[in-house]
Amino acid sequence: MSALFEYIIRLGDDSLILGHRMSEWCGHGPILEEDIAMTNIALDLVGQATSLLNYAGQVEGNGRDGDKLAFLRYDREYKNTLLVEQPNGDFGTTIMRQFLFDAYRKPLFEKLQNSSDKQLSAIAEKSLKETKYHLKHSSEWVIRLGDGTEESHQRIQEALNTLWRYSSELFYTDEVDATLLSQGIITDIAEIRAEWEVTVKNVFEEATLQIPSNNWKQEGGRKGMHSENMGYILAELQYMQRAYPNMEW
Amino acid sequence: MSKKEWPLWEIFIRSKAGLSHKHVGSLRAADAEMAVENARDVYTRRSEGISIWAVESKDVYASDPTEADSLFEPSDSKVYRHPTFYDVPDGISHM
Amino acid sequence: MKDINISELERKFQEKIDKDIKIEPKDWMPDDYRQTLIRQISQHAHSEIVGMLPEGNWITRAPNLRRKAVLLAKVQDEAGHGLYLYSSVETLGANREETIDDLHSGKAKYSSIFNYPTVSWADMGAIGWLVDGAAIMNQVPLCRCSYGPYARAMVRVCKEESFHQRQGFEIMVQLAKGTPVQKEMAQDALNRFWWPSLMMFGPNDAESKHTAQSVKWKIKRHTNDELRQMFVDATVPQAELIGLTIPDKDLKFNEETGHYESGAINWDEFWEVVKGNGPCNKDRVDTRRKAKEDGMWVVEAANAYAAKRAIRKSA
Repeated sequence: MSALFEYIIRLGDDSLILGHRMSEWCGHGPILEEDIAMTNIALDLVGQATSLLNYAGQVEGNGRDGDKLAFLRYDREYKNTLLVEQPNGDFGTTIMRQFLFDAYRKPLFEKLQNSSDKQLSAIAEKSLKETKYHLKHSSEWVIRLGDGTEESHQRIQEALNTLWRYSSELFYTDEVDATLLSQGIITDIAEIRAEWEVTVKNVFEEATLQIPSNNWKQEGGRKGMHSENMGYILAELQYMQRAYPNMEW
Repeated sequence: MSKKEWPLWEIFIRSKAGLSHKHVGSLRAADAEMAVENARDVYTRRSEGISIWAVESKDVYASDPTEADSLFEPSDSKVYRHPTFYDVPDGISHM
Repeated sequence: MKDINISELERKFQEKIDKDIKIEPKDWMPDDYRQTLIRQISQHAHSEIVGMLPEGNWITRAPNLRRKAVLLAKVQDEAGHGLYLYSSVETLGANREETIDDLHSGKAKYSSIFNYPTVSWADMGAIGWLVDGAAIMNQVPLCRCSYGPYARAMVRVCKEESFHQRQGFEIMVQLAKGTPVQKEMAQDALNRFWWPSLMMFGPNDAESKHTAQSVKWKIKRHTNDELRQMFVDATVPQAELIGLTIPDKDLKFNEETGHYESGAINWDEFWEVVKGNGPCNKDRVDTRRKAKEDGMWVVEAANAYAAKRAIRKSA
């Protein structure tokens, strides 16, 4: 398996699974306007997943397309981070998960625009526009909730306490990254992390939120080792393809 | 304003450069920033716009329809404000 | 204004309606006209919002990425349409949140079609094809409705909904030409959604208490039975074309009139569902109420933050 394939799968699965989670909100948002906004984010993420997984299939060259990759892999073959598979919880938890992710994705796509891989750079350029908006939306909400009422402050702080342990995996690297770095396809993750830290620090400061002092970290998704949530996500995501195999829809 | 509700905003969209902003409807938002973002998601899902104005509905001061007679009808009789009021000899163009 | 009596105002009002001059929010209008519109537009808005749920039910299980994106976009449009409509209700002096509370308390109604469950993927096809098809029949004439804000909202809604019926029919076409299991799934969905779709147009004209006045006010431009007939005439050939059977053994084409004649509609079922005894009435309303209750702290937080920021700005 090529490093490039593996890398695109990681990006694509993050979009796919977070898009799945966001789409669970459709029809259940806290207010109509926000329901529409969250569905837009879900749509952007599903669109990114489609481009990325189609490209991964092309790189692999075994005749698998985006749909085959999205719907017909085993759980260990999905390489999304643990963060994106965490349950929606309340609106604050969803927003916090989105914010931690957007703050990483924005600098990531900014760097990937300059990738020596033309296709990847094109996908990054398009996705960056969407991600900038997502980050604006999620940061504003983190601030509103953090500096809103006592209840909202408590809820969003609680969400941060719960999700913080999954944030370090966003910067997970291994031989896949090392290979692509040497080929000029990606840049050093350290730059992305530095930018993420600044964004997170500024937004939390404005939101009057405390970064948890507990440095307990949870990782595994990038290697295919998922939380208990993943099985349920896949049971829904793959339901039609597994129950009615080999049909066109 | 009720604590349970966001204020109402009137939304105006410029569909392309060179055209004026046009009223498209209203929505609810807690602040102006949110009003513009919500308008983007609610009223420009199909690339209907390139610029958005949001005005809080309570700030719109409107003319009174029962005064429409005195407000608007007097101008009906001022036909000399329209170019078609004037006779121009045949053979004159660009006027 | 004080000098003019009500009957004079009413005469002038009807004169405007007859001349197809639109009524705008601040214009004088009879109270019944206002109340009829508030009832009809808010029911319409509630139908869009409750209508998100049966389809939303399949978003996470859509069979491929294209169908998933289309379904998400469609359900999102319904939220948008609900919003355009609530926005027209507010121009009549009704408050959106109070209108929504009426839905949650069971006081306000919505289209009973959404009280039927979506149990297979084919239901996404049947809803788009039949339910959106029926909705379009209802909505196109409303673009010429006498109340300006409602008519304008409907123009927008109709423009956006044009893809909704097509995507549903596309799902049905794909299933109908698929494997036997898929074809059976499509036929089963048609069997379940056909009659409730016909009921969407409301009771027969003879039974409909609001129709005559609404037609006079040009809030409604066709009667329930006229619209239902248009829908049957348009839909039956589509079913035949893709090889599905309309579940009505009495259905026949009348060569003389050029129209299809349907069998009898089970109005007892219709009234039971309207009363709240459909398969999903309770779930649908509970779900919407829960969304609002769960979101209350978010609404309050945004208000509190906006207030704090306004103070900081002026300081």
